[in-house]
Amino acid sequence: MKNTFKLNSKIPLSSLTHKWEDHKSTLKLVSPNNRSNIEIIVVGTGLSGGSAAASLSELGYQVKAFCYQDSPRRAHSVAAQGGINASKNYKGDNDSVYQLFYDTIKGGDYRSREANVYRLAEISSNIIDQCVAQGVPFARDYAGYLDTRSFGGTKVSRTFYAKGQTGQQLLLACYSSISRQIGIGRIKMYNRHEMLDLVIVDGVAKGIIARNLISGKIERHAAHAVVIASGGYGNVFFLSTNAMGSNASAIWKVHKKGGFFANPCFTQIHPTCIPVHGNYQSKLTLMSESLRNDGRIWVPKKLEDAISIRNGYKKPENINEEDRDYYLERRYPSFGNLVPRDVASRAAKERCDKGFGIENNETKEGVFLDFRFSIEKYGKEKENELGIQQSSLLHNNKLGKEIMESKYGNLFHMYEKITNDNPYHTPMKIYPAVHYSMGGLWVDYNLMSSIPGCYIIGEANFSDHGANRLGASALMQGLADGYFILPYTIADYLSECITEKISTKHIAFQLSEKNVKNRIQKLIKNNGNMPVDFFHKKLGNIMWKYVGMSRNHIGLCKAIKRIQELRYEFWKNIFVPGNIDDGLNSELEKAGRVADFLELGELMAMDALNRKESCGSHFREEYQTKEGEALRDDVHYKYVSLWEYKENHPVSDEIMHKENLNFTFVKVQSRSYK
Amino acid sequence: MEKLMNFKLKIWRQKNCEERGYFKTYQIHNISPNSSFLEMLDILNNKIICEKKDSSPISFDHDCREGICGMCSLYINGRAHGPDNLITTCQLHMRHFHEGETIYVEPWRAKPFPIIKDLVVDRSSFDRIIISGGYISVNTFGKTIDGNMIPIPKDQVDKAFDAATCIGCGACVAACKNRSAMLFVSAKVSQFALLPQGKIERKKRVINMINKMDEEGFGSCTNTRACEIECPKGISTEYISLMNREYIQSFTF
Ligand SMILES: Cc1cc2nc3c(=O)[nH]c(=O)nc-3n(C[C@H](O)[C@H](O)[C@H](O)COP(=O)(O)OP(=O)(O)OC[C@H]3O[C@@H](n4cnc5c(N)ncnc54)[C@H](O)[C@@H]3O)c2cc1C
Ligand code: SF4
Ligand code: FES
Repeated sequence: MKNTFKLNSKIPLSSLTHKWEDHKSTLKLVSPNNRSNIEIIVVGTGLSGGSAAASLSELGYQVKAFCYQDSPRRAHSVAAQGGINASKNYKGDNDSVYQLFYDTIKGGDYRSREANVYRLAEISSNIIDQCVAQGVPFARDYAGYLDTRSFGGTKVSRTFYAKGQTGQQLLLACYSSISRQIGIGRIKMYNRHEMLDLVIVDGVAKGIIARNLISGKIERHAAHAVVIASGGYGNVFFLSTNAMGSNASAIWKVHKKGGFFANPCFTQIHPTCIPVHGNYQSKLTLMSESLRNDGRIWVPKKLEDAISIRNGYKKPENINEEDRDYYLERRYPSFGNLVPRDVASRAAKERCDKGFGIENNETKEGVFLDFRFSIEKYGKEKENELGIQQSSLLHNNKLGKEIMESKYGNLFHMYEKITNDNPYHTPMKIYPAVHYSMGGLWVDYNLMSSIPGCYIIGEANFSDHGANRLGASALMQGLADGYFILPYTIADYLSECITEKISTKHIAFQLSEKNVKNRIQKLIKNNGNMPVDFFHKKLGNIMWKYVGMSRNHIGLCKAIKRIQELRYEFWKNIFVPGNIDDGLNSELEKAGRVADFLELGELMAMDALNRKESCGSHFREEYQTKEGEALRDDVHYKYVSLWEYKENHPVSDEIMHKENLNFTFVKVQSRSYK
Repeated sequence: MEKLMNFKLKIWRQKNCEERGYFKTYQIHNISPNSSFLEMLDILNNKIICEKKDSSPISFDHDCREGICGMCSLYINGRAHGPDNLITTCQLHMRHFHEGETIYVEPWRAKPFPIIKDLVVDRSSFDRIIISGGYISVNTFGKTIDGNMIPIPKDQVDKAFDAATCIGCGACVAACKNRSAMLFVSAKVSQFALLPQGKIERKKRVINMINKMDEEGFGSCTNTRACEIECPKGISTEYISLMNREYIQSFTF
C-alpha cells in the first residue's frame, strides 16, 4: 500500500496574503456530534503538542496525549528563555506581518516555504492575545502595556517575553489548558510513556506502539489520526542545549514507515552558550540570545592577550578598549551584535580558529559577552531620571546592575551557578553549541506528513525556518501549529473517516508490537561491554567535528564511514542492564534513542554532502565568498531535500527527492547583514 | 589544573513501591569540582554498568539539567536539592562539597509522592491539583481581545510572575515536616488571583484546589517556612497568606 501517496505540498493557489484565509474556507468540516467519536493521538505535550491537544479536545475530539516525562509541564519547551515573536507594532517601529515574514524568510536563507512563513507571520498576533487571556504574565511597561525586546536578524522590537522564562510561562499556560480538558475527560494523558512505533493500516496512520516506562509494558493505541509533536533532534550531537531526554525516535520511526525526512542537515548552532569545560559534561547551557541586546561580543586583538587570559595571568577587565576586537560590530556594522545566529556562530569560530579564543579548555574556544556598557548606560539613564546630579561611578553601576537584574536576573544567576563567575563584574564567556533542528519530517501545507493521517507539528517538522531559525520564532511556530493551524486542517482529513472503527487487534498492530519487542530483547540480551553513553559521546564527537559548524566533502565522507562503523560496534558491544520485563530502566530508554541517532546521524551527513552550497546553518567550506561569508547556489539548490527510507535497506540506500521552492513575494537576494 | 575530588556516597536503593529500601555505599573518585551533582551520578552509573556487579544503575529523575523543568528531585545530606540555596539538584556543583565527604542521597519522602524506584518518586498528585482548577477557563480558538486591552500595573504583573515561576518540583513538600503542598498551590492560586484575567474564577479555583490538595493526602501548613528556604525558585510564603485570604473570601462574598 505504500508509495501510493503522491508528494503534494497542497499550497493554495491564491495570492500570498489570501492563501490561508481562502484555504481555510475550503477545508472540509467534521460536525460537532461526530467529533466525540473520533480519536486522535498526540505524541508530545510541549508547546506544539500541548496546544494541539488542548485545542482538539476543546473542539470535541477524543485525545490521547503522550509524553516521556512525568508531567506535560516538563516538556522541553519549558526551557525556552528569550521570548516569542509577534508583529504587533506596539513599539511603533513600523513592524508588520510583511516585515516579520520577510525577516523570517531572509533569516532562513531562502530555504523555507513562502506560504508557510507568511501564514506564521499572520497568526503571530493571535498567539500573544491568546496567551495573555490564559494568564501568561508577559513583561509589561509602567503604563501596564506589553513590553517587547529585540532578537538577532531583525531591526524591530517584536519579541514578547516573561523575563528569561518565556517558554516556561507559555508551557504552563498550555499545560493548564490541557489540564482543564483532562478534568473534563476529553484528554487522556499518558505520562511516562514513550512512542516506539507508528502503526500503519492500509497505508494510513492508525495508531502507535508505546512503552509504559514505569511498568515496562508495551501498549497498543489506536486512533483515527496521529499527531507527532516530539521536538528536535539536536541530541544526536550528545552535547547540546536540549534536555537530556530529547530524542528523534518518534520521527525516526515515522520516517522508517514512509515519512519523508526533510533537510536533515539543517541544525542550528546557537552562538551564546556556556563553553564546554570538561569531558564529564552531560549537556551545554544556553544563555538567551536576548542578552545580545545588552552585551557586546569581543575577543582580544592581540594573540598574547588571548594567551594570557586563557592562562589566567590577565583578566578581561584589564584589556584596554583599543586592544579589544568587537568583531561583530567590525564586520557587520548595521546589525552588529544582533546578527542572526548562524552568522554570529561562524564569526566566533573564525576568531577562535585563529587563536583568539579566551576559554581555558581543551579546545581554547570561547569569546566574551560584555555587559559593562549597558550597566553604565542604564545607570546613567536612571540617575537622570531620579535627578541625581553628582554621580559616582560606583553609584551609577549599582543602579545599572539593578536594571540588568530585572531584565536578565535568572540568566545571570544560572551562569554564576555553573561557572562560579559573576557576570555583573566580569564578562560572560560564551561559545556556540548545538541548539535547534530546522530539519524534520516533511509536511504539506496542512501539516500532514507523507503518510496520510500522520501529522507533524512544532520542532519535529521542517516547514517554517529554512536553513536557519531566527530567535523567538520556534515558540511562535509551535503554538501557531497547535492552537491555530492543525485544529482546522486535520478536520479535512478526519471528515473522511467518521464512520470508521479501528481496532488494536489488527495484524498491523501485532506486527509492530512484535518488532518493538524484538528490538528491546535484542538490546537487553546483547550483553556486550559498553554502556550507552560511550556510543552516544562517540557519535557526538563525529557529528560535531564533521557535521558541525562547518563541513567539507572529505570530512562528511569520513563522518558517514565512521558512523557506520560505530553503529556496527554499537550492536555488537552494547550493554543494557536489566531484564526484559523490568519496569523503569533508563539505560534501555537511552539505548533505543541512541540506536536511532546512529541512523539519523548518517542521514544528516548524507544530506550535508549532497548540498553543495553554503546556506544558513549549513556552511560548506568549499562554498564561501572572499570575505568568508556563506555562498548560496540558488540555481541548483533552491529546494527542500526529501529523503525516503527503503524498507529493509540501510540508511545509505535512501533516495532523495526534491521539493522546489518558489518565491513570488520576496526577491531572492544574497543575505547581507553588513 | 583543578584538583579532583573523592566522595563516599550513601544512596537510597529501592526496587519499587512495595519492597523495602536501604542505603547502599559507593566510592567515587576523581570528580571535577565543576561537574554537577547529576554528572557525578552519571559517572557513578557508568561505573556500575561497566562493573556489572549491581543489577541496575541508580534511577533518578532529570531532564533539562538547567533548573527549569522541575524534574530532578534529590534529597542530599538532609536537604531538598542539596546544600545550596535557590537552585535545583541539576544546578548543584561538586565544588559545594568537601574532599572525602560522605554524602547521603535520598528520594523525596512524602505519602502523596510514592516511590517508583530508587530516587524516583511519583508527583502526579501535583498534576491532579492543577486539573482540579489551576487554570483560566478560556478556550484556545484565538477569539480573544487584543493583549493590550487588558493593561496590568507592572508591579502586579511582576508579582504574578514571581508566583508563576514555580517549577512544580515538590521540594516544598519534601522539606515540610507536615508534607504540606501549600507553597506549590499558593503559587498557582496567587498568579491568577493577581491577574485581572484570573479574577472571574477565583473563588471556585481556590476552593477546588485546596480541597484536592487535602484529598491527595498533603498535610496542612503550620508556618514552619522550611518550604520557602528550600524552594529553588524563591517562592515566598507571602503567597500562602494570599491564598488563605482568597480562601476565606471565597466563603464570605
Ligand atoms: C535552552 C533553549 C532555549 C530556547 N529558547 C527559545 C526562545 O527563547 N524562543 C523560541 O522561540 N524558541 C526557543 N527555543 C526553541 C524552542 O523551545 C523549541 O523549539 C520548542 O519549544 C519545541 O517545542 P515542541 O513542542 O516542538 O517540542 P518539545 O517542547 O521539545 O516537546 C517534545 C514533547 O515530545 C515528547 N516526546 C518526545 N519523544 C517522545 C516519544 N518517543 N514518545 C512520547 N513522547 C515523546 C516529550 O515528552 C515532550 O512532551 C529554545 C530551545 C532551547 C533548547
Ligand atoms: S513552590 Fe518551590 S519548591 Fe514548591 S514545587 Fe514550586 S518551585 Fe518547587
Ligand atoms: S533537571 Fe530540570 S530542573 Fe533539574
